[in-house]
Amino acid sequence: MSVSLPTRLTPPGRMTPFRAHRIWERNYLVYRRVWKVILTGFFEPVFYLFSIGIGIGELVPEVPGPGGVPIDYTAFVAPALMAASAMNGTVLETTFNIFFRLKFEKTYDGILTTPMSSRDIAIGEIGWALVRGALYSTAFFVVMVAMGLTVSWWSVLTIPGAVLIGFAFGSVGLAATTFMRSWQDFDLVSLVTMPLFLFSTTFYPLDVYPPAIQPLIRLSPLYHGNEMLRAFSLGIFDWTLAGHIAFLLVMGLIGAFVASRRLDGLLRK
Amino acid sequence: MSEPLVQARGLTKKFGDFLAVDAVDFDIAKGEAFGFLGPNGAGKTSTMKMITTVSPITEGKLTVFGLDPTVEGRQIRQRLGVVPQEDNLDMELTVAENLYIYGRYHDMPRADIRRRITELLEFAQLSDRSESPVEPLSGGMKRRLTIARALISDPDLVILDEPTTGLDPQARHLLWDRLYRLKREGATLIITTHYMDEAEQLCDRLVVMDKGKIVAEGSPRQLIAQYAPREVVELRYPEEQMEGIGERLGWLEGGIEVLADRVIVYTDDAEATQHELTIRDIQPEQVLVRRSSLEDVFLKLTGRSLVD
Ligand SMILES: Nc1ncnc2c1ncn2[C@@H]1O[C@H](COP(=O)(O)OP(=O)(O)OP(=O)(O)O)[C@@H](O)[C@H]1O
Ligand SMILES: [Mg+2]
Repeated sequence: MSVSLPTRLTPPGRMTPFRAHRIWERNYLVYRRVWKVILTGFFEPVFYLFSIGIGIGELVPEVPGPGGVPIDYTAFVAPALMAASAMNGTVLETTFNIFFRLKFEKTYDGILTTPMSSRDIAIGEIGWALVRGALYSTAFFVVMVAMGLTVSWWSVLTIPGAVLIGFAFGSVGLAATTFMRSWQDFDLVSLVTMPLFLFSTTFYPLDVYPPAIQPLIRLSPLYHGNEMLRAFSLGIFDWTLAGHIAFLLVMGLIGAFVASRRLDGLLRK
Repeated sequence: MSEPLVQARGLTKKFGDFLAVDAVDFDIAKGEAFGFLGPNGAGKTSTMKMITTVSPITEGKLTVFGLDPTVEGRQIRQRLGVVPQEDNLDMELTVAENLYIYGRYHDMPRADIRRRITELLEFAQLSDRSESPVEPLSGGMKRRLTIARALISDPDLVILDEPTTGLDPQARHLLWDRLYRLKREGATLIITTHYMDEAEQLCDRLVVMDKGKIVAEGSPRQLIAQYAPREVVELRYPEEQMEGIGERLGWLEGGIEVLADRVIVYTDDAEATQHELTIRDIQPEQVLVRRSSLEDVFLKLTGRSLVD
């Protein structure tokens, strides 16, 4: 019998071990249709910058920056707004959007019947949130440059810095999502991010707080993000910078590890 | 026989203390269409999920393509096409994009995927809906898209968990044709179904599962010959006579099955049976004589009707 066997389209040898980028391909297909929604993520921090920088900057001409050097208030607040937007953007992406796919649309159940694994999904989704965050940060950086808020070439480092902040919060956000049972649980998300935004040296330096409270503020990941971006933006470096970077990196790695493990447990029963 | 494509020995799945699959053994040969039949909750889907490597095995041994699902899941899934019982299409993507991205998950080159999409959309009768979102599709259309999606990577083993549930007769026959073709091209099929005609049409061999166990195994013909007498007489009585009908018909030798609306009598001689009924004056309102089918095998083995 002469039956023509179908040609194998994917020889086994072509299997790539890294597949997380397939999730980016998927998300690109989704988001190219809703690019207008993405634009809002850019405008929010820019509006904040205009409002607070221009308004309050008029009243408060100078504040002590990193190392106690007095700096222009708008230049003080701008990197922190960039940090906050990196936090909010990735948290939004890895909580609401992922929960929808995980619990309602069962998108990942289908994906796991292909060569993709739950680790690919975790890394892919966190990575996607970072790519998005990097785009926002770059746009925000351009605005900062245009407003003359960057004094040093080192300020370019705020972009990878914002991505690191996104990694820390996106990973923990995804890990948190795996514990959520209903949409009500998501009220907790803003219950965490809102105070972080308000109390993490976003609008004023750490030494404004009473000494007893300061150690508490140092526990806030966004505090480390703010201080790191401020140091980059102003080109003022000291040893504390390494601490900020390490804090965010460790937070992100733990979050990614927990998220990947928990996702696997949820999806593969 | 060469090494089986899928082999299970003492395969067990527990959810907490609950035994969903209870130490089952089976061998599925390359190129075969193998069926899993069983009432709701029998453990069919749980078994499928272990084969597709998405559900960890509790106990026992399972190999797929000679590989171990626990450590080589990725390699196994690379060669699988899976139609899950519940559609899990990507609702954020269009019809064509759903096929496209599954091709990408399988590392297929874009040009190959495009070529296959055209062909599969035609098969799924969705060519004119290719740019449509998934949401507004009818249930049957979604099902057809899920089936097309499973075939995008030209799999060696296709696992179909109740593939034709929700399909109209025309779409069912179209799918059967397609599955025949796949089989002829060398693919192996695993099918769970509640439809007896589907099992009889498609499956070379099948197992009947009940409460996590395999209770019978063979080709459709073998099973019918082994478990069901040659003929079946279906008797319908008025409602008031249905009460206690089991006892009044207890003398029938081949065995009876009392269902909600009718009594099924197994016999080797339908005419003689009818004659007896007349003599004993328990004539029914309506009589239907037919050859026994897989449905009857099922009923005998599980005590349950498949059509619910
Ligand atoms: N994730 C789970 N957690 C707990 N129990 C489960 C889970 N999945 C399945 N079960 C139980 O295992 C048993 C077998 O379920 P399964 O889905 O395998 O049956 P099935 O034969 O596919 O039934 P159906 O014909 O209704 O699809 C059922 O009693 C079901 O409640
Ligand atoms: Mg099932």
